[in-house]
Amino acid sequence: MSSTQVANTGLPDKQVPLWRDPSKRGIVFQVTALCLVFMLGYWIFSNTQANLRRQSIATGFGFLSKEAGFEIGEPLIPYSAADTYVRALFVGFLNTLKVAFTGVILTIFLGVFVGISRLSKNWLLARLATGYIEVLQNIPVLLQLFFWYGLFHTALPGPRRSLNPLSGIFFNNRGFYFPLPEYHPAYPAMAAALLAACCATYILRRWARARQDKTGRIFPVLPVSLCAIIGLPLIIWLAFGLPAGLDLPHLVGFNYEGGFSFSPEFGALLLGLVLYTSAFVAEIVRAGIQAVSRGQTEAAISIGLKPGQVLSLVILPQALRVIIPPLTSQMLNLTKNSSLAIAIGYPDFVAVANTTINQTGQAIEGVALIMVVYLVISLVTSAFMNWYNKKKALVER
Amino acid sequence: MRFAKSGFVVLLAASIMWLPLVALAGETLDTVKARGYLIVGVNGGLYGFGMPDEKGVWRGLDIDTGRAIATAIFGDPDKIKYVALTTQTRFTALQSKEVDVLCRNATRTLTRETELGLNFVAVNYYDGQGFLVPKKLGVTSARELNGASVCVLPGTTTEQNVADFFRSNKMSMKPVVIEQNTELNQAFFAGRCDCLTSDASQLAGVRAVAPNPDDYIILPEIISKEPLAPAVRHGDEQWRDIVDFCVLAMIEAEDLGITSRDVDEMLKSPGPDIKRFLGVTPGNGKALGLDDKWAYNIVKRIGNYGEVFDRNVGINTKLKLKRGLNAQWKDGGLMYAPPFK
Repeated sequence: MSSTQVANTGLPDKQVPLWRDPSKRGIVFQVTALCLVFMLGYWIFSNTQANLRRQSIATGFGFLSKEAGFEIGEPLIPYSAADTYVRALFVGFLNTLKVAFTGVILTIFLGVFVGISRLSKNWLLARLATGYIEVLQNIPVLLQLFFWYGLFHTALPGPRRSLNPLSGIFFNNRGFYFPLPEYHPAYPAMAAALLAACCATYILRRWARARQDKTGRIFPVLPVSLCAIIGLPLIIWLAFGLPAGLDLPHLVGFNYEGGFSFSPEFGALLLGLVLYTSAFVAEIVRAGIQAVSRGQTEAAISIGLKPGQVLSLVILPQALRVIIPPLTSQMLNLTKNSSLAIAIGYPDFVAVANTTINQTGQAIEGVALIMVVYLVISLVTSAFMNWYNKKKALVER
Repeated sequence: MRFAKSGFVVLLAASIMWLPLVALAGETLDTVKARGYLIVGVNGGLYGFGMPDEKGVWRGLDIDTGRAIATAIFGDPDKIKYVALTTQTRFTALQSKEVDVLCRNATRTLTRETELGLNFVAVNYYDGQGFLVPKKLGVTSARELNGASVCVLPGTTTEQNVADFFRSNKMSMKPVVIEQNTELNQAFFAGRCDCLTSDASQLAGVRAVAPNPDDYIILPEIISKEPLAPAVRHGDEQWRDIVDFCVLAMIEAEDLGITSRDVDEMLKSPGPDIKRFLGVTPGNGKALGLDDKWAYNIVKRIGNYGEVFDRNVGINTKLKLKRGLNAQWKDGGLMYAPPFK
């Protein structure tokens, strides 16, 4: 239609005016919209800077190299009040990673277990799992954190009257203390042996699978690999003469020192977050398993597979496709909910950043840092989970 | 036609961008008067300084300071709204204009005065930092606290001071940092930490509401200077002068010997200082931008500094604090107001 119009006006095709050519018009509008967005952003930025300057509030990231001046309760790396803000923020970041990493692993195990339990034919197990899920899903997570923290306060005694369930293990309201093996050259060697055993197990599994595909003979991978994983480090340990030195926690002045310990803040945060998030994960797992059609289960049973084998060989591989994307969201939720740590005194990244904001007055830079850190953690987590999801995708024929 | 429309939008956006950012002097007073009440940032959980009592009525030294400012502007101390702020949010609330003035037992420091864009006015309480410990620990000096767990509020000078103190005495500490006053006190009473550190007046307040106050002692060491003063934003000199002189008016009233009970008779006093102070000789109020009876209203409705101190934190209250550094200069203290003329 337009070509005949152009032909009628006598103009060649290429010289359609700008406002009548849809694609060129589209480009103009998009460029204009982009310019408007940039101008708005620039206006907000310059307005903010002018306001900050007028109220003589400091700007810029120069504060990061100043002395922090405050202590942090549970640093994973050596830290003192004389270190810079950057180091303090890094300590907070490591604490957040510690909670997030441990929390995610425990949540997945617990959530899968509870989800499968809810579908169990055992009436008591199914009802217990249902009760667990219903109660923990519906109470706000902050209240659950306060509950566990309050429980630790009231149930645990002071350091001078610690609970001593086993020799070397102490529980009090300052923390949970466990003995740690003292350093000995045997331990790196044992770690290396463990790593070698794990690699050998992986290779063994692949070889056994290939052999089963070709000849149908099943190789008992699980018992053999367990022997290797437990046996090789054990042999190394015996070879070094059974080193058994322990770094025992002992009372020094006000608190226990030595050994491995974690604080009631960490314990309460981990417990609260794991229990809360695992209730959601349990529902996701149940949804995934129920999404696999009943016919699969019946067919698997009819060819003689045991119930455990049905679950692991037929149901779960298909259910994982449905489970993994919502599971990623729950992992991100756990990571972000760990910022509630400041309410119960665990020094995570948000707590340290808040103190920094308070002492330097630079709220905008501080909040920007918090956003960047959580964005990075979340993006890395979801990138990893998406890669895993793609790997587990069923290849359609 | 469509192109002309989008061009118009572009021009409009461009013109908005160049609107000048006008900072008017005196805008805070105008805003407060137009609103009809003053918004004060307060503690919310500190007995004696800023806390609602059992009937929900706000009481405290900082509360009375805020009410004095409201009285000076409106003649009525009840034209006021209190916003409870934690140590994490107090300065950002003031910077972002959520509150007009901060009466929240904040210590005046160089960094806060310069980098945070705040102005501290006259000090309304001179304090120092101390340690509260349970008697059963058997500790008699702060130097015996090596390795102790210390309960402290985040983002305070307290946090920095205690880190400095332990470092300079070559001791180590394990901080327990909880944001809310009430949760922190609960952690201390439950035994989570060996000692609680804060300004000595705050420690007296915490001990007053302890389940068994006689089981706790405040250690003798005072490890820092903590001049507590109300704060306002940079950029508005008139508002700063008003808040400053409201605090100083209460101190000056005590110096001149005027109390809330005899202020009406003092109106007839021949002394020139008293006449200028109470507005019988006009001039002070107009210079500040307030009514000439501003100081009279403050003394009549709120009282002088001595009355405010005795009512909230004095020896007859649960805190049992002596005047100490907060006495008048004639009695050896630091309360010294400039001449009101």
